[in-house]
Amino acid sequence: MPLNIDWQQILLHWMNLAILAGGLYFLLCKPVKQFMDKREEYYRQLDREANEKLAEAQRVKAEYQEKMEGAEEEIHQTRAKIQQAAQQSAQEQLTQAQAQAKQIVDRARTEAEHSRERALKESQRELRRLAAEATRRLALQEDPFDQFLDLAERGEDDEE
Amino acid sequence: MKVKKAVILWLLVVLALLAGALLAGVSGRTETVQQTMRDAVLHDVNRISLLGLKEVNPGLISAFAVTAVLLLAAACIRLFVIPRFQYIPGKLQLVLEEAVGLFDNMAKGSSPHRFGFLNAYIFAVGAFIFVGTLFELLGLQGITVHGHPITLPAPLSDVNAAIALGTLSYLVILSGGIAGNGIRGVKKTLKEFSLPISMSFRLFGALLSGLLVTELVYYYVSLSFVLPVVVGVLFTLLHAVIQTYVLTMLVSMYYGEVSEPEPPKQRRKKRKKTRGAET
Repeated sequence: MPLNIDWQQILLHWMNLAILAGGLYFLLCKPVKQFMDKREEYYRQLDREANEKLAEAQRVKAEYQEKMEGAEEEIHQTRAKIQQAAQQSAQEQLTQAQAQAKQIVDRARTEAEHSRERALKESQRELRRLAAEATRRLALQEDPFDQFLDLAERGEDDEE
Repeated sequence: MKVKKAVILWLLVVLALLAGALLAGVSGRTETVQQTMRDAVLHDVNRISLLGLKEVNPGLISAFAVTAVLLLAAACIRLFVIPRFQYIPGKLQLVLEEAVGLFDNMAKGSSPHRFGFLNAYIFAVGAFIFVGTLFELLGLQGITVHGHPITLPAPLSDVNAAIALGTLSYLVILSGGIAGNGIRGVKKTLKEFSLPISMSFRLFGALLSGLLVTELVYYYVSLSFVLPVVVGVLFTLLHAVIQTYVLTMLVSMYYGEVSEPEPPKQRRKKRKKTRGAET
């Protein structure tokens, strides 16, 4: 054969390459690829878990944010309610106080009226008593007319 | 001070080696440079006995040696390294993963629809070409049938090895075509009839030219001072990387091309009809 080509040697080279290909595949290529695939799957799993956790965290965050917004609204409403109740209570107390004050004033006025009437009655009674006294004395003493006049003058002085 | 001492020591070692090399002289050559180069191409003189069964080219012995080394290394790695793989890789694990991942990605990138077998094949072939090309650096000795010592060459500098690799690659491409497209895949592959020849002789030419230049230059010891040996080593390394990349890339590309499933013709006709109706 030209160039010293030998088919038998070519076949031997084929056999050699076939042995090498099979051997390298089963001894090196396949196990290394399996390990690489396993590691890739491991990191993919980690990535998946991290994404799931992230999604869960975002969901919880959104939930709490919603709750916070609800709570703020609730606080606002409660505050308004409390303010309204306080105002109402203050108004009631004011009304009550005004009513009480009016009662007190009315009572005081009534009492003052009673006192005035009583004082008037007492003064009239005193006058009558004095008049009776004076009359009695006049009747018992010398000039009843003069005594009367004296008493009357004295009485005017006392009144002033 | 330490650096100076180291430099002086290094120079002394170099001078001692040079003196030793010059004093030792050249051992008696059994053949001239012409004979050496002719034999490097044709392998018709320096043949090695294969277990007493047949006289074969030294390249075949090199190929068996490369396969043995690779399988032994793979077995050691399988037994002692792979069970200790970590999720955060160490240096060796990183190298192994890069090597496997490189060919895996190449197979997936070139032939995304069918890449399992292609991946296994280009991984083996890539490892064989790379280690086989670097194998000549080891300078392992073999004994010819005439009793002369001979340095085992790179396996692919043997034309039989190059033809075997080229034709096997073509058969792999053909198998991809059959698996992907059936008879149509065979037709597609047969259109590239020059592929086995071009792949075989590209490898043979590339490896042989390197071997011939090395033989030519380093046949004379004095020429190794003109072109230092380290340059030859670097060229061999570069050469190994390039040849590995070229063959594996070509096989992947053609495999992907012939195994790519074609859409059925009826659909095409229907599409044409609908387009015609639209226009």
